[in-house]
Amino acid sequence: MSGNTATLSPAGAAIAPRRRNYARKYWMFIVPAGVVVVGVILFPWLFTLFMSTHDWKIGGGHTFVGLDNYRKLFTDERFLWSVLRTLYFTAMAVFFPMVLGVAAALIFNHKFPLRGLARTLFILPMMATPVAVALVWTMMFHPQLGVLNWLLSQFGIPPSMWVYDARTVIPTLVLVEVWHWTPLVMLIVLGGLASLPIDPYEAAKIDGASPLQSFWHITLPLLAPFIVVALIIRTIDALKAFDTIYVITQGGPGTSSETINIFLYLQGFAYYNMGYASAVVVVFFSMIVGLASLLLWTRKRVKA
Amino acid sequence: MSEITRRTALRGAAGLLAAPALVERANAQSAFDWKRFKGERVEVSLVANPRSTLLFQHHKEFEELTGIRLGAEQIPEQQHRQKFAIEFASGKPSFDVINISLHVNKRQVGGAKWCTDLRPIIADASMTAPDLDIGDFGPGSIAYSTQADGRLDTLPLDVDHFILYYNKDLLAAKNVAVPTTFDELYTAAKTLTDTSKQQFGFVGRGLRNANVVLWSSFLLGTAQRDMIDGNRRLITDTPDAIWAGQQYQRLMRECAPPGVTGFNWNECQTTFMQGRAGFWIDGVGYAAPLEDPKRSRVAGKLGYAVVPAGPAHRHSAFFCTGLGISEASARKGPAWFYIQWVLNKQNQTRMLTTGAGAPTRLSPYSSEEAISASTFPREYFTTLAESIRIARPGLPEILPVTEFRDTIGTALANTLSGADVAAELKRATDAFRPILEQSEKGA
Repeated sequence: MSGNTATLSPAGAAIAPRRRNYARKYWMFIVPAGVVVVGVILFPWLFTLFMSTHDWKIGGGHTFVGLDNYRKLFTDERFLWSVLRTLYFTAMAVFFPMVLGVAAALIFNHKFPLRGLARTLFILPMMATPVAVALVWTMMFHPQLGVLNWLLSQFGIPPSMWVYDARTVIPTLVLVEVWHWTPLVMLIVLGGLASLPIDPYEAAKIDGASPLQSFWHITLPLLAPFIVVALIIRTIDALKAFDTIYVITQGGPGTSSETINIFLYLQGFAYYNMGYASAVVVVFFSMIVGLASLLLWTRKRVKA
Repeated sequence: MSEITRRTALRGAAGLLAAPALVERANAQSAFDWKRFKGERVEVSLVANPRSTLLFQHHKEFEELTGIRLGAEQIPEQQHRQKFAIEFASGKPSFDVINISLHVNKRQVGGAKWCTDLRPIIADASMTAPDLDIGDFGPGSIAYSTQADGRLDTLPLDVDHFILYYNKDLLAAKNVAVPTTFDELYTAAKTLTDTSKQQFGFVGRGLRNANVVLWSSFLLGTAQRDMIDGNRRLITDTPDAIWAGQQYQRLMRECAPPGVTGFNWNECQTTFMQGRAGFWIDGVGYAAPLEDPKRSRVAGKLGYAVVPAGPAHRHSAFFCTGLGISEASARKGPAWFYIQWVLNKQNQTRMLTTGAGAPTRLSPYSSEEAISASTFPREYFTTLAESIRIARPGLPEILPVTEFRDTIGTALANTLSGADVAAELKRATDAFRPILEQSEKGA
């Protein structure tokens, strides 16, 4: 560009190249994007922080309460239980799809008859709308009239209460999550498997490595970055899970499936406590950012 | 207090007495014209339910009658409550007419003055059709629509009365009579329960929040009846409240299907429709699907009775929805015409005879012609008429009513797992009392 070349003055004398300030010239180009970022990300965040320091009710007034909402939150047993339930639900809703998704990817990476059809069938659940999926599962879970207990009875297994019992509700909700999201993990890992080089496997074969040794010492380390990506996506998705839980149980029986999202939704849109709900958002967001940062740090370590 | 207080009743009665006279006087002076707002438009937001579906089927009649173009939406109840609250709070709601669950949102809407006071417009003869006879509305529903400051910011659209549904075949098979008291109900339900055949004596709401209205049906039979006292203090851990909780617990634990703790009305309806339960206490609006032979195994075998009596009283829990006009609306005239059309005798009679719900106007209940033409058995109408006579609000008229339902509802759900009723109600009452006190201070 001309900015880096010497130019001549009208008199012919050489002058020093002028340093041009491109930022000043092109700043207008980033204004639209900047406005969007400020309008849809920054402003809502600042406003949420502002609301979280107020006793703010829809249809009522709002008064400044400082950090009272946060203090109340950390002594609110219902919230603390919802945090524990969220962690319990997330742990299971990440672990099982990860294990099953990786296993499915390894299977679908091999050639066998009708593999394409089998893959298509396997990823079908992922394409379904969560609310529709939840409604269908709700019918299947009905303790007396649902198809699941009928199936159990065909094998002489006693009926389960599924989502209609406090002890089984979260594992049952995890079952729906596993069915719905294992295909996503499979797709990510399958993509990773397709990109692996074949040379290390040939070398290992020459050296006499068994299939299990090849998997453990070659496949898994090479696949690790893809697994971590799947893990991050699945963890954030599981933490955010709302639609399925709300449609199937609305947080019940009692509060036994009330996760942070359900608690937050009720505070904000059923009790209209927008100030308190905003404090929940801030705390929950911090948790997600913390967890995501941890996973990203893990990914960097894996890559290194 | 949840009951219709003397003051509220007097206020409602005064409105009832004054309004027809005002309308009559005004009508004598100025002619009403349905075409007055021809060419204008009105936006209506309704809750998705059989009543709204019925209105949607006949919206063309309104457009032909008035020449007003109608934009209408139906949204599921929970989402509708959020939508209208947020839109009202924004100051620029997208709708002119709004459908409000008065048993949930009355005080919120009234406190924020989101809806316009209808009394002046009712008194304006050029704006109010002679057909809109306020005296024809039930006094209980008018009291529901009247705010504490006397403003009539909605007109009642429909009422929901809790009744006792029963399966005639199951009762006949075991020679069980229709119960008239809660003790008889328990004994009868116990007799009908045969778990080996997946047959249960009773089914009812067990899901947190939804279950409170079943418990309050028992409470209404006690001397206490209500959930807050005259000083607006919470009384949900008293001996009467505990008695109601114990009735709820024993019926649901001993006579209802396993898993009932997760049942809302839809699971109850499915169970009852399949002929698996002998009795079901719930709103009157479920008669239509239960009597539909394409969907229900109990169609034609369905019995209707008034909710049984408790040790001191016999009441039917009732709930009410209303139609209001947004204070921010620039189309109040067309909006008022829509409300008048919805509440005309023809639409209210349709609601009754199709089983879509219970109208708030009283004349349909005495329309022998309409009742005879209906496909519902006469017992349905007599039960409804008797329930109206003994109706009493099934929820307290407080601002944080959803939080109340969640807190007490969690306690009730816990009792279905065997928890002690008194301890659970005490814990829930202690948890909710400061919330109520805080809201009453701000109200």
